[in-house]
Amino acid sequence: MAKAILFDSTKCTACRGCQVACKQWNNLEAEETVNTGTYENPPDLSSRTWLKMRFIEPPDGDGKVWLFSRRACMHCTEAGCVKVCPTGAVYHHEEGFVAYNKDICSGCGYCVDACPFDVPRMVGSTLTGKKKMEKCVFCADRVANEEKPACVKTCPTGALIYGERTEMVDLAEQRVSKLAADGVDAQLYGKDELDGLHVLYVLAHSPKDYKLPVNPEVSPSVTLWQDILKVMGYAAVGAVAGGLLLNYMVARARMVKEKEGK
Amino acid sequence: MTNHWIDLRNSDCILIIGSNAAENHPISFKWVTAAMTRANNPAKLISVDPRFTRTSSKADIYAPIRSGTDIAFIGGMIRYILNDMQSLSRTERAEKYNLTYLTQYTNAALIIHSEFEGWKDPTHPGLFVGFTENTNPAPGNLGGYSKSKWGYADAGSPDTDAALLGNNWTNWSDLNPKCVLRLLWENYEDFTPEMVEKVTGCPQSTFEQVCEAYAATGAPGKAGTIMYAMGTTQHTYGTQNIRGYAILQLLLGNIGVAGGGINALRGTSNVQGSTDMCLLSHILPGYLSVVNHKLQTLEQYVDTVGRKGKAPVVPKGLAGDKSASWWWLSESAQNYKKYLVSLLKAWWMDNATEENDFCFNYLPKINAGQDADYTHIGTFEAVAKGIVKGMMVWGQNPAVGGPDAEGERKALEKLDWLMVTDLFETETAAFWYRDGADPGSIGTEVFLLPAACSYEKQGSISNSGRWAQWRYKALDPIGEAKSDLAIVDALVLKLKEKYAGETGPKADPINQLYWDYHTEGEYADEADPNKVALEIHGYYTKDVGDKKKGDLVTNFVSLATDGSTCSGNWLYSGMFTTDGRNKAKDRDPVDASLNQIGLYSGWSWCWPINRRIIYNRASVDLDGSPWDDIHPVIAYQEGSHNPATNTCKWLGDIADGGWSPIAVSKNDGKPAYLPFIMQNEGVAHIWGPGRAEGPLPVAYEPWESPLETNLVTGVPAQLDESPKGMPGFNDPCCYVGDLGGMNQRGRPNWEDPTNGFNCVGTTYRVSEHWQAGQMTRNHPWLIELQPQPIAEMGEELADDVGVKNGDIVKVVTARGSIEAVAVVTKRFRRMTIGDKQVDHVGVPWHWGYKGLSKGISPNGSSGNVLTPHVGDANTTIPEYKTFLCRVEKA
Repeated sequence: MAKAILFDSTKCTACRGCQVACKQWNNLEAEETVNTGTYENPPDLSSRTWLKMRFIEPPDGDGKVWLFSRRACMHCTEAGCVKVCPTGAVYHHEEGFVAYNKDICSGCGYCVDACPFDVPRMVGSTLTGKKKMEKCVFCADRVANEEKPACVKTCPTGALIYGERTEMVDLAEQRVSKLAADGVDAQLYGKDELDGLHVLYVLAHSPKDYKLPVNPEVSPSVTLWQDILKVMGYAAVGAVAGGLLLNYMVARARMVKEKEGK
Repeated sequence: MTNHWIDLRNSDCILIIGSNAAENHPISFKWVTAAMTRANNPAKLISVDPRFTRTSSKADIYAPIRSGTDIAFIGGMIRYILNDMQSLSRTERAEKYNLTYLTQYTNAALIIHSEFEGWKDPTHPGLFVGFTENTNPAPGNLGGYSKSKWGYADAGSPDTDAALLGNNWTNWSDLNPKCVLRLLWENYEDFTPEMVEKVTGCPQSTFEQVCEAYAATGAPGKAGTIMYAMGTTQHTYGTQNIRGYAILQLLLGNIGVAGGGINALRGTSNVQGSTDMCLLSHILPGYLSVVNHKLQTLEQYVDTVGRKGKAPVVPKGLAGDKSASWWWLSESAQNYKKYLVSLLKAWWMDNATEENDFCFNYLPKINAGQDADYTHIGTFEAVAKGIVKGMMVWGQNPAVGGPDAEGERKALEKLDWLMVTDLFETETAAFWYRDGADPGSIGTEVFLLPAACSYEKQGSISNSGRWAQWRYKALDPIGEAKSDLAIVDALVLKLKEKYAGETGPKADPINQLYWDYHTEGEYADEADPNKVALEIHGYYTKDVGDKKKGDLVTNFVSLATDGSTCSGNWLYSGMFTTDGRNKAKDRDPVDASLNQIGLYSGWSWCWPINRRIIYNRASVDLDGSPWDDIHPVIAYQEGSHNPATNTCKWLGDIADGGWSPIAVSKNDGKPAYLPFIMQNEGVAHIWGPGRAEGPLPVAYEPWESPLETNLVTGVPAQLDESPKGMPGFNDPCCYVGDLGGMNQRGRPNWEDPTNGFNCVGTTYRVSEHWQAGQMTRNHPWLIELQPQPIAEMGEELADDVGVKNGDIVKVVTARGSIEAVAVVTKRFRRMTIGDKQVDHVGVPWHWGYKGLSKGISPNGSSGNVLTPHVGDANTTIPEYKTFLCRVEKA
């Protein structure tokens, strides 16, 4: 059965307990940051920051809106990273989320370009052969022991909850209809996106206002690789040529992304 | 908190004012969110704050106010409610407001002294009757009052207004001119929505939304709660701010009920416990009054503070005709004396005897008005003057956290010795080599004792909801670190060793002090917190009836005046069962309360006697039935009245006194106990004559105000003629220090903003750091989140001074300046106050010059470098929240 994390932005106070709990459980070192005129920090995801909260003040607002949004791996069903990963290091866990076997990551970085949410980050050097991808792994070790992911465990307000994905969808839909009845432009994000994300969002405005891509897509060329060429490629052309082809596909995907202004 | 954290979920409307609960008490939002998202009748959330915070982002209504104008805002709400009450028909009035509560459970209907005069009296504008200016105020209060005309017309048995009691009035003139409710109206009549907007900057329409939403909790069965914190208290009139909340809550019948109350969100995990245990200078453990030099004997003390100070007063004409006045109760049950004598026994045990007044003369006595007072500000004033020569600082970091922090750092240079107990070398411990100090000329000997952290020791923590929860030790302290208790223990034993063989007023209290807390095993060489806790609860000091010496008392009801019991704090007497189970260790997760309102009475223990919601006798009607069927706190069990004892079976929470309901006792011809059992009159104080500035809060300007006139009272500042200005412009009784307070008072300069201090500055905390930063500024994960001190400001101000988001700016006050990163945001907005355009600047005070994360300027960039050495008229809590400043590009 698929599991999911439900993030309800309307209950989030951006205390960032989740951000710290993520670092604590996963033994991620702190980054040296500076304040650039916002509460938000670190500035972006990194190999040491798998989860961060966004603080969004709409630039044309009246100062009475402050949105908080979660930024971490979305654990897509149609997951670009899984499709392009040549070694199977990134894969779908039986409970639906995108798990990661770091030991067999070759450091190719294709997943970085295949991700429509700009989540995977590379660390280390290709030369030493120790280059690796890093991202949120859904606290697979905790989940396997029937514990909630660390971020969920620490959330004081219930803005993060965890459970069967079908139940999370139900709860999210109930919450959205309740908010809508109160006149909020509430939306559920992640139910159908990319065949269903395993991180669901209850939003009080459009996804764009939370800096989430509307209708995220895995580039067609990545899909092509997975569905046709990956199978055929290794068999017929050989791994080297396949890799080259993949390179081409990923480069194309990147170009498409840039065109779309992401 | 009158209530407790979980109870927030029972509220119908949550007013967060003077608090940024989402950021500074994040867990509170578990319950706020639960209230707001419950299926039936979800609660509304109101956030009142100068800036739009993470709390405001979750609110249904956000009301901006100028920092320091709470009284104008709350006074406006009180006016709205009174005006509404007066304009409604009698029937509608009784439906919309709980008139039984208002008239029978508060002093609304009582008649005040005929010569009382309010602040509108033209002979003393802005002031109540009886004011005298203090000719030599610094350090000290600007002025004081004779309160002789603030009391009830008949002090022993006050009259009540029959028209008010009978809901038989239409106009204010139908009520006795000195009836409390009418005086309340006169006090706030001018606090119109227009006036509120003019003074606070809150738009009228927003203000009226707040009033409407909150006034709706006045209906019987509805509950509104107020969550407040340091944004309320840390003002020269902080106590009056809270009085305003109390009046509001009593008008609406919101005290004692589930989902109601006045809920102080305490600043640290155990502030409640430290207050209970007398870490403040005006009280002994259990809120017993500290002794002053005029009270030389136990009998004088008991007579003055207990017999006279707590004598029962019975208002005429109320349904209830008996006031418990618990502190005294009766000549045969002199509770005040029982509690004090039991405390003296705990401290001096066998050496405390009836013959020697139970060692009463060993208690330190405050010499009021002489040498020094022992409040935070007063102590540092005395340090600066060389009166106080040694100082122990425990779990505090005044070099960052004290007002006028640089002034206090300089004061430390006068000390002969300083002992700091902390986890890290704090700014306070390192004051002697801070930037600008000359270590060669500072003679202070500094002792730094490494303290154990919370996981390295066991003991109880009392949270804001008064729950004492036992915590266990997870690991041994690192290195030479020791728990605070172990350090105190070692210190006392060393003092005893040093004083051994000496006699006299200094040596006797130490030599005779009972100090026996070591036990076998883990605590063979240091004090055992379990043994300390037993003594706090109390036990028999000799055989009494079937009780043997050493047997635990049941609770404070067992304590005695004859020295046969000891108890270190009567409020905590009841924490143990008589067979020695420490209830602070109880962890029953079942909620057995009526209708599961979340009392969780088997989880930990709270004072008094595990009463989770205090004043809960006010949650029921005269017959003992809850006002709110859905959230009943207590309920009278039908037919359980025992005529012999005049008590009954109360269901639910531990009732505030076991007496039968008013109507039940009355029907039986027995004394009918009024609900507020700690008050002399048995009813709650809408009229509160005990406070320094007056019986009702009046709007004052902050010590440093951008205005020239108090817009409410019309009193001019007149700072040009006297540094003190005109009494009634500011708080007329506020406490002013000498460390810059009077001499470094910032003033606006509207002609030349670059020279004046035209912006309202305020200090606060962020979620990611804690207090003076010792623990969080040494933690890389937290530093990552909030790496540097910030100065938050609106776009208009930033434009005016040429500052861009992310620039380093200088915030300057009359005391000093700090550098910080500018956070330019729409969440701060320019306000129109009277004829002035006022901007706010907000700075966290966490940073300093030690630790992994330091401030930007060498002085550590603590917001408290900016704050003045002035404090509240009643408590001297420092004015941290409002001051004048300006911003410059660094």
